[in-house]
Amino acid sequence: MSIWEYANPVRFMRLTGKVLPWITALAIGCLAVGLIWGFFFTPEAENFGSTVKIIYIHVPAATLAINAWGVMFVASLIWLIRRHHVSALVAKATAPVGMTLTLIALITGAIWGEPMWGTYWEWDPRLTSFMVLFIFYLGYMALWEAIDEPDKAADLTSVLAMVGTVFAVISRYAVNFWNQGLHQGASLSLDKEEHVSDVYYQPLLLTMAGFFFLFMALVFLRTRTEIRARRIKALQLQEAN
Amino acid sequence: MPDLGKYGETILTAYAATVILVAAIVVLSVVRARKVKRQLTELEARRNG
Amino acid sequence: MNATFAVLTRELRLALRSGGGAGLGLAFFLIVVMLIPFGVGPVPHLLAQIAPGTLWIAALLACLLSLDRLFQADFEDGTLDILTLSPMPLEGLVAIKAFAHWLTTGLPLVIAAPILGITLNLPDSAYWWLVTSLAVGTPALSFLGAIGAALTVGIRRGGLLLSLLVLPLYIPTLIFGARCVAAASEGMDVIPAFQLLAGVTLLTLALTPIAAAAALRMHMR
Repeated sequence: MSIWEYANPVRFMRLTGKVLPWITALAIGCLAVGLIWGFFFTPEAENFGSTVKIIYIHVPAATLAINAWGVMFVASLIWLIRRHHVSALVAKATAPVGMTLTLIALITGAIWGEPMWGTYWEWDPRLTSFMVLFIFYLGYMALWEAIDEPDKAADLTSVLAMVGTVFAVISRYAVNFWNQGLHQGASLSLDKEEHVSDVYYQPLLLTMAGFFFLFMALVFLRTRTEIRARRIKALQLQEAN
Repeated sequence: MPDLGKYGETILTAYAATVILVAAIVVLSVVRARKVKRQLTELEARRNG
Repeated sequence: MNATFAVLTRELRLALRSGGGAGLGLAFFLIVVMLIPFGVGPVPHLLAQIAPGTLWIAALLACLLSLDRLFQADFEDGTLDILTLSPMPLEGLVAIKAFAHWLTTGLPLVIAAPILGITLNLPDSAYWWLVTSLAVGTPALSFLGAIGAALTVGIRRGGLLLSLLVLPLYIPTLIFGARCVAAASEGMDVIPAFQLLAGVTLLTLALTPIAAAAALRMHMR
């Protein structure tokens, strides 16, 4: 029994069909508890006032937006090396979810920036990098849409994901070089000195988990849809012949 | 409702924007999932029937 | 070596004879730079301040303009299939084509940039670095463009998609290149930005022929 067994679409459908309701329930549970805890039962922070409550959506969305690209990168790599169709479809299914999370991080960041920094938009390295990430998602999705043959589309978008990853990372550091920025440091870090205090930390961990399960549920659901759509295409081709 | 002070509007806008975006991606995904699933069941029923 | 030279000559001849490929890019460069004072206003110190960025962005857009032709014609008439069958590796072919693209679009821009710099009131100290940074940076633009062109070859209305795919890849080169010129015009240390610019170009030269060739093979599979 190895992990590659789940590259078989039938096995993948069976497994995800079973776990999807549980993941959805976990997502709803974690988000509900975390957000209610964070929204109603945390004190105001001295430097942020009550705006600190935005952290419960901003930070998880931003973290997952980057990791969603990582999922696409790994899935594309697996497709290029082992040519499992499920992997290519996972990459395809992840992109719109990642793009939405990037947009959430950007919008909540802009709304938060207005009272804190006195401006909705600042060409700060982190904000700018997210804008760049957003454009990378757009390009990736546009390329999927533009090519009709499924395997060719999977191939070419995988190449784009590889090249895009290299340049997204370089851009991140290039942007640092270009402007030092106003952005707060890391909210979560293994270095205890650096991250936010425990009162905010515990509900944040919960919403983090909630967003993570939500992301997982959406990716599974969308991948299942893609697999079914692929099957429909195959059946229609058979009928046409 | 906790006292959000002068930042109430900011916080609620941020939450509202997030809810709208999350709802959008969830609804789009679920609607398409249902549509494709129904199409596939019909197609398979027709082939087997 | 002979084959390399033959392909290069063919590319250059095609670019120069078909509707003045090199001239069009240059004319586009001129127009974009000319539009900037119309948009910003004829204020000398303001123009001097934005000159480095303007020249770099205009060069970048001019480079982008001719990219969709890089593989399209050869793909459509089957030349690309024949070239693939030749003993020359496809990676080498991509590199030669990108190099020819640079010779016909990038190099003229490098030569024309200082003249346009005068119209934008670029400080004297910046000319040397304007030419150097463009000479070092524009090859990266052509080679990165080759990836975009290879990905979108054969796609209907691929030109717009090509821009969407390629422009984000240009960000590091633009940042370091424009920073080079800006630092020179402000009398600051140019070397860090220049080294990073050169680093990005070298990485691009090494990486893109492989990626672009892989994409082309996928199209022809």
